Amino acid sequence: MLDRDQVHKVALLARLELTPQEEEQFATQLSNILDYFEQLSELDVAEVPPTARAIDVSNVVRADELIPDLAREKILENAPDRVDDFFKVPKIMHE
Amino acid sequence: MASIRTLHQQLVKKERSAIEITQEALERIQAVEPQLHSFLQVTADHALAQAKQVDDRIAAGEDIGWLTGIPIGIKDNLCTQGIRTTCASRILENFVPPYESTVTAKLAEAGMVMVGKTNMDEFAMGGSTETSAFQLTANPWNTSRVPGGSSGGSAAAVAAGECTVSLGSDTGGSIRQPASFCGIVGMKPTYGLVSRYGLVAFASSLDQIGPFARSVEDAAILLGAIAGYDPKDSTSLKVAVPDYTRFLTPDLKGKKVGVIRETFGEGLDPEVEKVVQQAIAQLKALGAEIREISCPRFRYGIAAYYIIAPSEASANLARYDGVKYGARVANADNLLEMYKRTRAEGFGAEVKRRIMIGTYVLSAGYYDAYYLKAQKVRTLIKQDFEQAFEQVDVLVSPTAPTTAFELGGKTTDPLSMYLVDLMTIPVNLAGLPGLSVPCGFDSQGLPIGLQIIGNVLREDQVLQVAYAYEQATEWHKQDPQLT
Repeated sequence: MLDRDQVHKVALLARLELTPQEEEQFATQLSNILDYFEQLSELDVAEVPPTARAIDVSNVVRADELIPDLAREKILENAPDRVDDFFKVPKIMHE
Repeated sequence: MASIRTLHQQLVKKERSAIEITQEALERIQAVEPQLHSFLQVTADHALAQAKQVDDRIAAGEDIGWLTGIPIGIKDNLCTQGIRTTCASRILENFVPPYESTVTAKLAEAGMVMVGKTNMDEFAMGGSTETSAFQLTANPWNTSRVPGGSSGGSAAAVAAGECTVSLGSDTGGSIRQPASFCGIVGMKPTYGLVSRYGLVAFASSLDQIGPFARSVEDAAILLGAIAGYDPKDSTSLKVAVPDYTRFLTPDLKGKKVGVIRETFGEGLDPEVEKVVQQAIAQLKALGAEIREISCPRFRYGIAAYYIIAPSEASANLARYDGVKYGARVANADNLLEMYKRTRAEGFGAEVKRRIMIGTYVLSAGYYDAYYLKAQKVRTLIKQDFEQAFEQVDVLVSPTAPTTAFELGGKTTDPLSMYLVDLMTIPVNLAGLPGLSVPCGFDSQGLPIGLQIIGNVLREDQVLQVAYAYEQATEWHKQDPQLT
């Protein structure tokens, strides 16, 4: 079971501001979903190796060569706020 | 719309121009969009310009390929350079990609004509296209029903003749289930066969791009065009891509078809069961040897998936922070405030729910209990398939446990929506190719799909069985009656 406090903590980790109603709703819904996950304990997986990717391709590397990339201006055009060639963000430190 | 083969012949024989074919699609879009809402954006000018280029090439005496001049719809999670790509999310409402996805670049190179970007569940999270932040898409067979999801717009558009074929993406069933609900062919290829470069990431170990079509042949042609190694995707497989159409033969003699016993249990609509059993009898009549196969861990797929996919999603969606692109909330006092409020306003309820699940199961103290365990269960499900493919060439099951449900029918209970993907999820967990082919209708006239699953990189076997079945039946020739 998840309570509202826990939902609040997880939301902070996920950088989501939830309304009190959303916290309440998620507490119930996430608890139901976590309950559903409990069925996995029916399986004995102690000796089973994990699978991260079904079809594994490992050590994929390429030559470290300089190639032209996207135009800086094109990328910056999508920025919500900018100063010259920089992304601009609100202040990081509190007063 | 007519098949790729028919349209191609019309172009080659100069019976019709690419512009005329494009106009047919655009007129159909104009006629049915007020009811269906398959498209988030219709790119008419872009399409007509592409068609003009095709006509110029034909006039100059150039040879054209199968896909040249064929109208296609593209799911709105595939980046198209200079053309808005929203993932049906507020947070990307005004995002114009500065680059092109590998698949759409390949199709443009082949001369395909993109008529628009199709509606979807927000960030491909959902099974009904109802989590789209912008609009609801209706099922062309009954406009009070969902088209399925998450690639619901791509499925509805092809079923209603708004384009010849379309592309979708499939993380847990998002191509096969809407194909089943809309009565068309939809295929998820082997993980790594099609490059994911430029596909907005949801769950990177599961996502795969694939085709929607009115026929198995059209799906095979489109798959051949998008498949192949891409150095821009580190999970891309270095394999040769065959001409998939050469596997399309009508005879199933000697083919071993396994029926997954566990997909015929509780929760399966009796009408769907009856129709799928008839389809299996048809495969037998075509010469296939039918065997019952048990995949005992299959049913744990949903629980494993709803740990793994949200975990990957919570990491992938961390990039939407209001800094580099996408929406940003106004007047935030400081950076943390800006992040939290931007994401709160930018994401819909289902996306938030999955980010929350993923963040929770990956958080300190829970990793072993959830994420690691789910990865181990993923191994067991993969082993079930490996054992099955020692005995048979392909596996079959219903694509979905029901036909298309009512719009709004499952939106209040998230878990009930998750259970819709029961049959399709294990295929993604094991990275296998899977296809849905129309196999009949329920008593309300809603389409039913047969899922055909192949071993790793055995798209040839899947397509062959689907083709033989399709050619022996009439289901794919029926059109939804839109007024």
